[in-house]
Amino acid sequence: MPLLEDGRSVADPWIAGTDGQPVPDTGPVLVPLERLRAENAALTARGAPLGVALPNDAEVSDLIALLDGDVNRLDLITLTLPAFKDGRAYSQARQLRETHGYRGRLRAVGEVLRDQLAFLARCGVDAVEIDHPDAEALWRAAVGEIDAVYQPTGDGRTPIPALRRHISPARREDAA
Amino acid sequence: MYQYDTHDQALVDQRVAQFRDQVDRRLAGELTEDQFKPLRLMNGLYLQLHAYMLRVAIPYGTLSAPQMRVLAHIARRYDRGYGHFTTRQNIQYNWIRLADAPDILADLATVGMHAIQTSGNCIRNVTADPWAGVAADEVEDPRITAEILRQWSTLHPEFSFLPRKFKIAVTGAASDRAAIKVHDIGLRLHRAEDGAIGYEVLVGGGLGRTPVIGKTIRAFVPRQDLLSYLEAILRVYNLHGRRDNIYKARIKILVDALGIDVFRQQVEAEWATVREGALALPDDVVAAIAAHFAPPAHEAGAGSVADAIEAAPDPALARWIRANVAPHKVPGYGIVNVSLKATDQPPGDATASQMDLLADLADRFSLGEIRVTREQNLVLPHVRLADLPALWAALDAAGLGTPNIGLISDIIACPGLDYCALANARSIPLAQALTRRFADMDRAQEVGELHVNISGCINACAHHHVGHIGILGVDRRGEELYQVTLGGRADTDATLGTVVGPAVSAERAVDLIAGFVETYLAIRHPGERFIDTVARVGTAPFKETFHAAA
Repeated sequence: MPLLEDGRSVADPWIAGTDGQPVPDTGPVLVPLERLRAENAALTARGAPLGVALPNDAEVSDLIALLDGDVNRLDLITLTLPAFKDGRAYSQARQLRETHGYRGRLRAVGEVLRDQLAFLARCGVDAVEIDHPDAEALWRAAVGEIDAVYQPTGDGRTPIPALRRHISPARREDAA
Repeated sequence: MYQYDTHDQALVDQRVAQFRDQVDRRLAGELTEDQFKPLRLMNGLYLQLHAYMLRVAIPYGTLSAPQMRVLAHIARRYDRGYGHFTTRQNIQYNWIRLADAPDILADLATVGMHAIQTSGNCIRNVTADPWAGVAADEVEDPRITAEILRQWSTLHPEFSFLPRKFKIAVTGAASDRAAIKVHDIGLRLHRAEDGAIGYEVLVGGGLGRTPVIGKTIRAFVPRQDLLSYLEAILRVYNLHGRRDNIYKARIKILVDALGIDVFRQQVEAEWATVREGALALPDDVVAAIAAHFAPPAHEAGAGSVADAIEAAPDPALARWIRANVAPHKVPGYGIVNVSLKATDQPPGDATASQMDLLADLADRFSLGEIRVTREQNLVLPHVRLADLPALWAALDAAGLGTPNIGLISDIIACPGLDYCALANARSIPLAQALTRRFADMDRAQEVGELHVNISGCINACAHHHVGHIGILGVDRRGEELYQVTLGGRADTDATLGTVVGPAVSAERAVDLIAGFVETYLAIRHPGERFIDTVARVGTAPFKETFHAAA
């Protein structure tokens, strides 16, 4: 599956550390949440980049607790969209970014379609696995379709209510 | 009224272009119907029994005359010459071609309108008191809040794929005309002891398969915290609402499963993480929105609605004023309710010519404003009492002068099996039969306030649980039958109705309701409304009517 990071197609260096298989000594490894719970100390002691696959029914606060409050011990968190209409990952993303200050990669996997990309980006998701022959072009087109937003999120874009405050009352009259 | 600025307009224009591209991809076969469905639903486009239906948002039920003219134009050009106003203050067109949908949205965008979030599992168009800004019993115009919510909820990145649809209603008045207790979130504007404006927040109300009266989650949320508090509620719901069963997915089920106290704790915990953030509403932002809803320039006048009734030269005019005109907060003005419930008219339907006429009458007599009500009627909110005779004559000539607001023939009905793919039974023919049975308007006024609501299926689009008389269409082995409830109400004292007797045929339902009216007239105390009598005596005397009719 093509992987985009910040809209660019990249190779995926992450090795899936699935249950039952030994974790390699070096290199970035992505483990299920349950494996982090079971092998927390060993995985931390590895000294190589660690990622966690967060199920969409898991509490973000549980993950934070497992990490002793330091979510930035992780370099990758994957969020799951099991179906287009299942939107739990959007809330998980904002909790990770905005409530807990997560700075690593946040990747959406599962049924990721073009028409979710702009919303995902606004919630702080900066990597997606998406099935499309020209994923980069698709991403550019999708996130650029609507360039005005009303809501403040952690993506740093200035929402419309804040834009309005920055123009003078006279200009505001004109705009109305 | 709210006027789009360049930002609002740019967003809506881009949304039109985005949807045009989605439709093009569907028509070209790049999207399957399964893939296209959630996209079209984000723009109010349903596939019904015979054609596509497009639901256009009328935010908080407020329209300008030019907007109404565009609605008329769409009815004429793209539909069969009419539209259907809904219980959520929107308008639906029932005969739309998919290929035309982008052009319709482009036409709407020219007058600051759209179909964003009129369907789908997102925050739907926010509704409000249709008498907002003109009612005498108001703390503040609820449209200020509703417009703030419209902007916050539009294309919300986190809440566009909720477990299920989400409806918010706002009232600023002591008397609830927005049915806030039967919405996912209901907001009641009120003042704290220090005079500050804030909100009582209700959560978990709703009708449908599992009717529930909403519960107060917080008695007072200061205005500056409104958006952060709502974001906390929505986040808890988005993460924890059920997604395994569409019939258990509304927030009311989550609130009921957790209990309001546990749900409140979860919301408070989430709120603590967002309350101090960028969602805080600065006073100047609120003031800038409020400026759009500043009262228009009324002429100095005098007199009350009662005076206008007294002075009416024609008894038919007096009768219409008595039923359809409510007191305005400015002396010399009245709130004119225009009934879309003439005898034999499908409830809430208006023709393109009627819409054009209403736009013209709004310009001449109502400072250019029109409202849509939850009862599927229209309102001209700013009419000089001196203009009532001329306005009435013009309305009456166009079939819009029916004097039955709040009376037995002012029936709320969904489109039913005539249009809707979900329906079990037809609603419109039964509503029409009732309007014929109760066509005598003098008698209807004698009977007094009585709300009849007819839903064609358990999804309850016509809010039958909260009708004084509620009628639910059911399918029993291929036969369309109707189950009757009594005693429901959607006002400040919202109550769910009680089922009376087994389901009956449409013909029997009409007889039964006539019997209920006879029973009521026989046992009512002086000045007692139908709903008060039911509250006093219960359903037992009406059950006897049922047996007598059998």
